[in-house]
Amino acid sequence: MKECVIETRRLRKQFGDKAAVSDLTLTVRRGEVFGFLGPNGAGKTTFIKMLLGLIDPTAGEATVLGEPLGNVRARARVGFLPEHFRFHDWLNGREFLQFHGQLYQMAAPRLNARIRELLKRVDLLDAADCKLKEYSKGMLQRVGLAQALLNDPELVFFDEPTSGLDPLGRLLVRDIIEELREKKTAVFLNSHLLSEVEVTCDRVAFVKRGQVVRELTLKGRPPLLRVELKLGSAGPEKIAGLAQFGGGLSTQNGQVHLQVEDEEKLPKITSWLVGQGIKVYEVAVKRQSLEAMFVEVMGGEERPG
Amino acid sequence: MHGMLTMVRLTLQEARSRKILLVALLFGLLFVGLYATGLYFIHAHMRSQGLGVQNRFVLSSITMAGLYGCNFLLVMAAVLVPADTLSGEISSGVIQTLVSKPVRRVEIVLGKWAAFSLILLGYLVLTAGGTLLSTWLIAGFVPPNVGPGLALMGLEALLLLTLSIAGGARLSTIANGVMVFGLYGLAFLGGWVEQIGTFANNDPARYVGIASSLLVPCEALWRLAAYNMQPPLLRDVQMSPFASVSVPSLAMIVWAAVYTMLVLAFALRQFQKRSL
Repeated sequence: MKECVIETRRLRKQFGDKAAVSDLTLTVRRGEVFGFLGPNGAGKTTFIKMLLGLIDPTAGEATVLGEPLGNVRARARVGFLPEHFRFHDWLNGREFLQFHGQLYQMAAPRLNARIRELLKRVDLLDAADCKLKEYSKGMLQRVGLAQALLNDPELVFFDEPTSGLDPLGRLLVRDIIEELREKKTAVFLNSHLLSEVEVTCDRVAFVKRGQVVRELTLKGRPPLLRVELKLGSAGPEKIAGLAQFGGGLSTQNGQVHLQVEDEEKLPKITSWLVGQGIKVYEVAVKRQSLEAMFVEVMGGEERPG
Repeated sequence: MHGMLTMVRLTLQEARSRKILLVALLFGLLFVGLYATGLYFIHAHMRSQGLGVQNRFVLSSITMAGLYGCNFLLVMAAVLVPADTLSGEISSGVIQTLVSKPVRRVEIVLGKWAAFSLILLGYLVLTAGGTLLSTWLIAGFVPPNVGPGLALMGLEALLLLTLSIAGGARLSTIANGVMVFGLYGLAFLGGWVEQIGTFANNDPARYVGIASSLLVPCEALWRLAAYNMQPPLLRDVQMSPFASVSVPSLAMIVWAAVYTMLVLAFALRQFQKRSL
């Protein structure tokens, strides 16, 4: 079995003068939950569509599950839930899953068993015989998730899977991604919701104007801690001494801010401040959020998409 | 092949659940009912008057009028029923979870095309078959060459269906409907220009008409069907409103079949290249 489920090399898509995706190179490993982050219009959906054969690339190379783009066999092992999911709403839930299962060429006994299992998992057994036009957005999302997982895929693409969902819906998506991870199913996740990505993904790529600008491993990485200190009066030369414990030393609104990599530094900071005769009124510690990193990577000049 | 059969099943299922097909069926049945009722009273009047040779003329003309009405319904169905099958799914995004499955794009288009072909041919059998059956049951009259005539009407429906599917691969539903109706209108008018040109011995007008038939052969197929389904004596003395002065040749049938295949190939290619 190939180690990488997605490999792209300088993938490009040009629409007229505009390059929606330009020079995009990345790999996603088997069993990995990979987050794709970027503002609207960065090329995230265009990238997914190229990998799924919905759009032909202008240049570059890519493989999905070891097969070149457009390979029909590979698509049998892939699941996809689009961002603006729309389905044949005159079908009921069960018929809808049967139709998509037939497109996967699943044999009837296995398909029927899988449909029962998935309807139960996404809590739609009661609504299975209702037409999709009667489903709420959350229900459509859940039946869409079931559709993506029908054939026990090795790789699943979720494009903004939680947008427009209530907190319970988001929790379901998160739980399903966790289950997929345990089954060593790779998940490629486009999302705006950085808090969700931070909790679910192993690795993320920040994409800006059709290119990957930064990749970051989230799992197994020690968190960057942001320390905020409320201190008594102290001269700037004394405050500067805090730089020995970490980086990004600054003073804002009467508070001293510092980034440290290890929480063991915190008692050392407090001891040093007391030793210097500086009064310590408050020590607040926050994890450097993905959101802050996102804004930093995207840059202040980036306009909303 | 498997994907194509799945698409055929889905398209037939969809047609069953959609009101447009129900409305078309209803109008088809109403039309046949209206025709049969009219024919019954006309035939009863003819029998009471004891008209002889004129009977065949009247019956032939009425039958052709009925079949002309069926042709009209069939043209409407062929253009309107499949008009949004691709364009609607593309614009709504439904197509995305289909094309990303292990099914070739050609299978999706061919599956839809095959299903709508079955539906339209079934509609032809219901309406034209109902008309001919009524004529036989009420008046004991059967026009000549019914088989070839209905086959030509069927080919006309398939041609228009294929144009509708090809348009849907590139255009929005409304633009597609307008385009196909526009082409049919071109063929219809061209047919009349050809008839008038032939009658008036005006070659340029005749050629313009022939050119329009080559561009869109559907109307020529109806004229050939009508020509074949009228008794030879009546059509040759041109005493029928459906008699043709200029009759399309058999080469037109071959061209219409080739044309349909070319348009289908065009549809497959357009959909294959389309960004979704």
